[in-house]
Amino acid sequence: MKYLCLVYSSEEALHSLPESPKDSECIAYAESVRASGRMLAAEALESVQTATTVRVRNGRMSITDGPFAETKEQLAGFYLIEARDLNEAIQVAARIPAARVGCVEVRPVRELKPD
Amino acid sequence: MNPDIQSLVATIYRTESRRVLATLIRLLGDFELAEEALHDAFAAAVQQWPREGVPANPRAWLVSTGRFKAIDSIRRRARFDSVLAELANTLESEVAGPDAAAEEVVEDDRLRLIFTCCHPALSGDAQIALTLREVCGLTTEEIARAFLVSPTTVAQRIVRAKAKIRDARIPYQVPGRAELPERLGPVLQTIYLVFNEGYLASSGADLMRCDLSAEAIRLGRLLADLLPEPEVCGLLALMLLQESRRAARVSAAGDLILLEDQDRSLWNREQIAEGVALVERALSSGRFGAYTLQAAIAAVHAEAEDAAATDWAQIVGLYDVLMRIVPSPVVELNRAVAVAMRDGPEAGLTLIDAILDRGELQNYHLAHAARAELYQRLARTAEARAAYAQALALARQDTERRFLEKRLDALPG
Repeated sequence: MKYLCLVYSSEEALHSLPESPKDSECIAYAESVRASGRMLAAEALESVQTATTVRVRNGRMSITDGPFAETKEQLAGFYLIEARDLNEAIQVAARIPAARVGCVEVRPVRELKPD
Repeated sequence: MNPDIQSLVATIYRTESRRVLATLIRLLGDFELAEEALHDAFAAAVQQWPREGVPANPRAWLVSTGRFKAIDSIRRRARFDSVLAELANTLESEVAGPDAAAEEVVEDDRLRLIFTCCHPALSGDAQIALTLREVCGLTTEEIARAFLVSPTTVAQRIVRAKAKIRDARIPYQVPGRAELPERLGPVLQTIYLVFNEGYLASSGADLMRCDLSAEAIRLGRLLADLLPEPEVCGLLALMLLQESRRAARVSAAGDLILLEDQDRSLWNREQIAEGVALVERALSSGRFGAYTLQAAIAAVHAEAEDAAATDWAQIVGLYDVLMRIVPSPVVELNRAVAVAMRDGPEAGLTLIDAILDRGELQNYHLAHAARAELYQRLARTAEARAAYAQALALARQDTERRFLEKRLDALPG
């Protein structure tokens, strides 16, 4: 079963605290998940200041600057993993270095069903 | 139908239905399906046992009948859905094995069910509702009455929890050694919340709420049988020792009676003996936690002939250890009260004021009630009056308010 682990953190805490993870640690952890065969994809994201939000209403597209909602913690990156069950997914999520300063939302992937 | 067999089926339902359900959930991999199968299996027993006789192992018969009924019912629905047909085939090909209902496997299934219902990925409310429904077999209406919410609310919590178990794939398993400490926490907390919901119920008239304490103790016993970890024994001991005072803690008029004023001849000696033995076992393991320590404190009270004979030095010592394991302002407050009993009211007041000066517990009525008591003992009536008034302004529960009003009225002019 696929799970998406969404890593949220205030962007300040992500880089400024003593326990904030360094890039090298994040790369090493992603490598270990890949080696375990559970990794489908993982990326870190640029700052939320670079975000652009796109909507389509009544066939018309609108573009706005910034994320879809202003929140205290921002989406900083994600892991898409393959895990046997929620417990296994939680084990992977708990070791993501940024979980020390932010939090990780674990969401099962819904398989779309063709009509 | 033969009335003997009818009452036998009813008895077997009471003693075995939760075990059969726990095993069916494992075999079928789905709560809803397992509940239907359980219902169908008992319906089949009512029909077939009078004709064919009662099977030698009713539990094994119920498990295998339930499993076949479930596969049948999936198959009937499968005519419209190829995924279901595949599921029915998979379930049928998985051999349930002759041991599917063996004692050891079934007990493991009960533990699996408890840990799944109390999975930390479910909300606290959902854990409680699901545990009472699936593990204890209470009806949705009974749970709703006990927690003073509508049956619809309880039903929704249970439906959502089951959906999350299925969709997020919460596994049906007992956590391994490494995960056990963090996974046992929510289980013990759920049981203790159920207990307190029954124990702290304000009126003795509401029997259902008292039943919750009995239900929690039953759950604690079951868990201690299945998983005799020190903290499980500690929690069971804590519940037994608190329950032992039930008859003494409320007056005939429904007013709270303080521990020191309780008629100790009303305490349940059997529960105390069992609780004390469990505490000693947990303490001697050296791997105990907060429940065991709270139980140990309750045991010191239980063993005192009268209030004056209480070993306060030992209680302060136990609070010291508790503060190291789970430091919190409430534990600190309780410790301060014990220090006041050991060293005198001034010593207690100094400690409580230090907590309040830090800005903590200022809205906690029991902190002000404790200060009021200590001022009263020092005959500083004006300060006692002010502190009782503060406590009253913050207290919510009727019995507690009545208690505080009485104390306030009893102060000398």
